[in-house]
Amino acid sequence: MANGEYPKDLKYTKDHEWAKKSGAAVQIGVTFHAQDALGSVVYVELPKVGTAVTAGAQFGVIESTKAVSELYSPLTGKVSKVNDTVVGNPSLVNEAPYAGGWLIEIEPSNAGEWDTLMDADTYTKLLG
Amino acid sequence: MSPRLTPLNAAHKKLGGRLVDFAGWELPVQYAGLVAEHEAVRTKAGLFDVSHMGEVEFKGKGALEAANRLITNDLARITDGQAIYSGLLNPSGGFVDDIVAYRFSPEHIFICVNAANREKDFAWMHEHATGVKPVDRSEEFAQIAVQGPKAFGIVQRLCPKPLEGVGTYRFTTGSVAGVDCIISRTGYTGEDGFELYCPPSGAEKLWFALLEEGKGDGIVPAGLGCRDSLRTEMKYALYGNDIDDVHTPLEAGLGWIVKLDKAEFIGKDALVKQKAAGITRKLIGFELTEAGVPRAHYPILKDGQKVGEVTSGTMGPTVKKAIGIGYVPTALAAEGSTFHVEIRGRPVAARVVKTPFHTRG
Repeated sequence: MANGEYPKDLKYTKDHEWAKKSGAAVQIGVTFHAQDALGSVVYVELPKVGTAVTAGAQFGVIESTKAVSELYSPLTGKVSKVNDTVVGNPSLVNEAPYAGGWLIEIEPSNAGEWDTLMDADTYTKLLG
Repeated sequence: MSPRLTPLNAAHKKLGGRLVDFAGWELPVQYAGLVAEHEAVRTKAGLFDVSHMGEVEFKGKGALEAANRLITNDLARITDGQAIYSGLLNPSGGFVDDIVAYRFSPEHIFICVNAANREKDFAWMHEHATGVKPVDRSEEFAQIAVQGPKAFGIVQRLCPKPLEGVGTYRFTTGSVAGVDCIISRTGYTGEDGFELYCPPSGAEKLWFALLEEGKGDGIVPAGLGCRDSLRTEMKYALYGNDIDDVHTPLEAGLGWIVKLDKAEFIGKDALVKQKAAGITRKLIGFELTEAGVPRAHYPILKDGQKVGEVTSGTMGPTVKKAIGIGYVPTALAAEGSTFHVEIRGRPVAARVVKTPFHTRG
């Protein structure tokens, strides 16, 4: 399943978030590796729609049974959608990190940042 | 300093355990996953490597008396073949450690201590023991805990000696899978089971024999992660979190391990005074009534003021609630009392509940 774990159409960060273009917006979540390292996700804390987020800065918190981790935004922009379903059912992050487990959608304000993100091959190499 | 390895280190690697440094020991935090392992222990069986725990022995005439002067519980009130949970206190009544003491005979007391406190406990006991001096036997023992409703059957099938008579907090010696063990009906999960003390050379053989024998019962190797969530659901104290050198057993809700009518033990005077004066803080169990997960060191607030601190907390995999343990002023300790836990600057409502959080079904 190794290839399927890091879809080619996504971009990745060293903090183990992924970003996916969805029209003018960008959907954000955590990678397969991140959810695997965390273990069972039991709580997700996300910003409200309209909140400004900055590339590399914290936008939320994700907690597993054993640990608390910070979520970092891959891009600068404004939150345009929040996945309320995952807030109610955090195990979606484990079950479908690239689908039902997405976290927020943002409207990016700096188009140039997209190309600074890693592609799947680079990210997979980072994981070693 | 690189972490110490238990005799089962190679076994953990072979089984895909995720190894972490715990109290200076390299041990698996999980194998397949914390929640799956937690559930296996509650419903089937789980196997834990607890070889990092320390063992101290008092042997010879006067062994019971020497050990008894160091601990809060009373070895004179139990019989040979019984074990007791106990505090090892400093003169102020705080915990040096919490321990389990095994009475082989009045001339032979065997004590299991926490890994993080091994050296400290032994030095403490050696300094304060009168008559018989303790011997550190930690290097001579590995320890495997088999826990869960299926644990008894699995161990019994590998042991020629009948174990029905070995009730809770009783022990015997005998061969399990051909390995000589102290077979103790104890644990730290809230489920039935055994803790098996064996020579390090036999640990791997015993480990794989238990896994093989328990296959049909659904036994899984289990890590420290679920050991913590299991014990939290039972409100079993963890040294360094819920109990420490400043909180006393009376404050920790462990009055039952303190026998104040015993002639003497270190810390007794402080506890007698504290009992007479009344305790001002108490270790309680609570659940959050709003979304969030409590964690150790989060402040406990009442009317916006910090009045206590969370000592342990998690999302309980069996109870399916955000549960925590913490010290609060006595006035807030009654079941149903409400307060807030400060989570990342935000007050989250909590309510004191009956413990253990989980009761065996």
